[in-house]
Amino acid sequence: MAEAVEDAVDEHHHLPADLATHFGEHCVAQPCVDGIPTVWVPKEKLRDVLRYLKHDAPARFELMFDLSAIDERTRQRRDGQPDSEFTVFYHLMSLSGDDDIRVKVALADGESVDSIESVYPVANWYEREAFDMFGIRFDGHSNLRRILTPALWEGHPLRKEHPARATEMDPFKMTPEFQKAQQEALRFVPEEWGMSRSGKHTDFMFLNLGPNHPSVHGVFRIALQLDGEVIVQAVPDIGYHHRAQEKMAERQSWHTYIPYTDRVDYLGGVMNNLPYVLNVEKLAGIDVPERAQVIRVMLSECFRIASHLLFYGTFAQDVGQMSPVFYMFADRERLFSIIEAITGGRMHPSWFRIGGVTSDLPDGWDTMVRDFCDYMPARLDHYEKMAMRNKILKRRTQGIGAYNTEEGLDWGITGSSLRATGHDWDLRKKRPYSMYDQFDFEVPIAQAGDCYARCEVRVAEIRQSLRILRQCVDNMPSGPVKSDHRLTTPPRKERTMQDIETLIHHFLNVSWGPVIPPGESVTTVEATKGWNSYYSISDGGTMAYRTRIRTPSFPALQQIPLISRGFMVADLIAIVASIDFVMADVDR
Amino acid sequence: MLFGWEVNWSYVLILPLAAGTLLAVMFLQWWERRLLGWLQDRRGPNRVGWFGVLQGVADGIKFLTKDDWVPPFGDRVFFVAAPVIVCASMLFVLAVIPFAPSFHIVDVNIALLWFLAMSSLAVYGVLLGGFASNNKYALLGSLRAAAQMVTYEVFMGLSIMGVVIHAGSFSLVEIVGAQEQLWFIVPQFLGFVIFLIAGLAESHRLPFDLPEAEHELAAGFHTEYSGMKFAFLMCGEYVAVIATCCFIVLLFFGGWLVPDFLGFLEPLVGEQFAGLFWFGLKVLFFIHFFVLLRAAIPRPRYDQLMSLGWKILLPLTLVNLLVTGFLVAWARWGL
Repeated sequence: MAEAVEDAVDEHHHLPADLATHFGEHCVAQPCVDGIPTVWVPKEKLRDVLRYLKHDAPARFELMFDLSAIDERTRQRRDGQPDSEFTVFYHLMSLSGDDDIRVKVALADGESVDSIESVYPVANWYEREAFDMFGIRFDGHSNLRRILTPALWEGHPLRKEHPARATEMDPFKMTPEFQKAQQEALRFVPEEWGMSRSGKHTDFMFLNLGPNHPSVHGVFRIALQLDGEVIVQAVPDIGYHHRAQEKMAERQSWHTYIPYTDRVDYLGGVMNNLPYVLNVEKLAGIDVPERAQVIRVMLSECFRIASHLLFYGTFAQDVGQMSPVFYMFADRERLFSIIEAITGGRMHPSWFRIGGVTSDLPDGWDTMVRDFCDYMPARLDHYEKMAMRNKILKRRTQGIGAYNTEEGLDWGITGSSLRATGHDWDLRKKRPYSMYDQFDFEVPIAQAGDCYARCEVRVAEIRQSLRILRQCVDNMPSGPVKSDHRLTTPPRKERTMQDIETLIHHFLNVSWGPVIPPGESVTTVEATKGWNSYYSISDGGTMAYRTRIRTPSFPALQQIPLISRGFMVADLIAIVASIDFVMADVDR
Repeated sequence: MLFGWEVNWSYVLILPLAAGTLLAVMFLQWWERRLLGWLQDRRGPNRVGWFGVLQGVADGIKFLTKDDWVPPFGDRVFFVAAPVIVCASMLFVLAVIPFAPSFHIVDVNIALLWFLAMSSLAVYGVLLGGFASNNKYALLGSLRAAAQMVTYEVFMGLSIMGVVIHAGSFSLVEIVGAQEQLWFIVPQFLGFVIFLIAGLAESHRLPFDLPEAEHELAAGFHTEYSGMKFAFLMCGEYVAVIATCCFIVLLFFGGWLVPDFLGFLEPLVGEQFAGLFWFGLKVLFFIHFFVLLRAAIPRPRYDQLMSLGWKILLPLTLVNLLVTGFLVAWARWGL
């Protein structure tokens, strides 16, 4: 008993000071590889702790960055952590204080936990997701139902006992009854969402927009309650693009999971590899050579431009302008030819590796990139005239779908969309990774927070990315593109024929994959659509024990009902276009 | 005299004219797609025939062989009738268009009113088609179409009254004749601009394609249409474009008349085809303008379009009408 108290006192050293004074006796700190203070709190205290952190802590944690759970039942290496079968974790961020905290709650199987929707509204969907994936119930949640899997799905996919492969299950049969029941479950019943079918003077029309609609950028469904063409209420419905990325991470080696990450934000290409490999490198303690880091930056910025160009074009297209999207696709094609010359791939190169990149740059890469940097600004000026300065486009998008910084943070909005509200926070500046601190670029912001501002910021970011690209060409360091670390995968080949030790390493790291030391770590990057993070837990195996992918698009869609209320159907299309999401990034 | 019957030979024109128009539509839609492709850095349809000229034929065959589907949840009669109304009413308009001094089917003294009446009829096609589809997107499209076309009908009619005042007639032949000295584009510039906008709205093409607005309403009023019925709707739209351009030329750009400084070209064209040639050239110019506009401009919102119509264009039209009337009266009778 005395020992336990001593331990607890000892662990206070890892607790943030203010939390220790307020909740010290209840909390247990857990050291993590990423250095983010991680605190276990009893579930009764959870809401109090979070409310304190959001409103009263010296550094206010305005943003609930991530919420999910871990099935701990088969985990071996949990040194010093409280007993838990299912752990719910809350990753909070303080942008005013530039700080992070991870709060964990230990639960037994079948136990429920308080919903924190009242503290952080964005938790609504995250809690639904945790319920869907793990079967954890959240008391006091306003509408706890499945979100990613179909309503009639059996089991909770991220529980360890749930099969991950088709071969682990009986053959699937689509019977007419099954199909009918599934379709019936998709029927939109307004009453379930607290909507009435008629108002004081009108009968409402319910319009099922999607999942296949020209302007929803993938398979996304919004059930609309309409009064004429005016939106009374909108209910986004997601999950049509769900591919169990997080489950697959538990069945792939650390190395072979890299191609899966490319497909999370399928417009982001290697930008998706980046947080994943950075995170694994953090767990493994690998230092990446400078040349590899700059190459990573260069390709990531190429993809940022490609993604923003596509956004720009479809944004103009969705307000009815036909031509820009074609010009922008042509420019994107030039970019892909550079990416193809360097990586061999186009949209999904899967080119980053644990400890570096696949191979060195080909001859002539610098002239290609330089040509593009010379070519692009004039095109952007042209588009500026064509789209951004067009009066009709302005009237369609200014003042539509606006929110301020505080609302944005409440709803988990990050990246360019948050910067459109005048909030100057770019991870590349504030928490530089992969040598971003060595680059000279600005962080564009806009003030209005409406559809037009969101587009404006992204257009300005294309120019900044071009600046970064040029700096990459001008200052590309020489040296290896892969680390010498023994966990670098695939290991460097040159020396494998010299001695048996390196040969064995090479053989094992290629066949089984590297064994990453046990630990927990999260890495967040400024991805194309906002902040993308990978939270990996290693149990000391060749595969991740749990991988959590936090994507920027997921919370953005949750906000649609709020920012589209009272606008018209045409405005909703502009709002959806301005969010810049892809469904693969939402559903994972 | 033919078999003892009195024959007005201009009626013989009906068949070639209708067939010619449909053929023109076929090429026009290919040409528009080619042009858009060229403007947008891509190729457009270039596979069927020389430079893809036979694309329209290929499309026609596709339309003909497609399943002739009528939504079982819709209203069969009106669903089938709607494309016919749209296409037929637009073809009727062509009956009164004088392509050259004596090259027309009928020269009625109310030709202009006939045009307005027929284009109003086309609204019914769009309306009925949308309602009969019993589809929510189609319904929204039809609602927009009804409001938009009724609104723009009003000052489409009013905008050309200035021309009527100048010419003193509703007959198109006389209106063109009145432009011998000066094309009406000069005294009626405002009327021209408003007529152009209203014409765009009437033929519901981008930027005024709100009834279709594929980014918002899937395909709007014709969401449920396929095969030949869809072809008829498309045909109606293109004939409307042709008709609108014809009327722009007739009312404001002197129809078949040639400016004097181009008179030296007359021998090249040949005397009997000169009128047709100049008229066709002018019409083509405006058709291209419509295509260019489609490539360049985004789509305003439905309520913005309405407020543009009622708050800006309507007062402008009325002012134009009053001023024109006053000036003409002044010139004729003095103060």
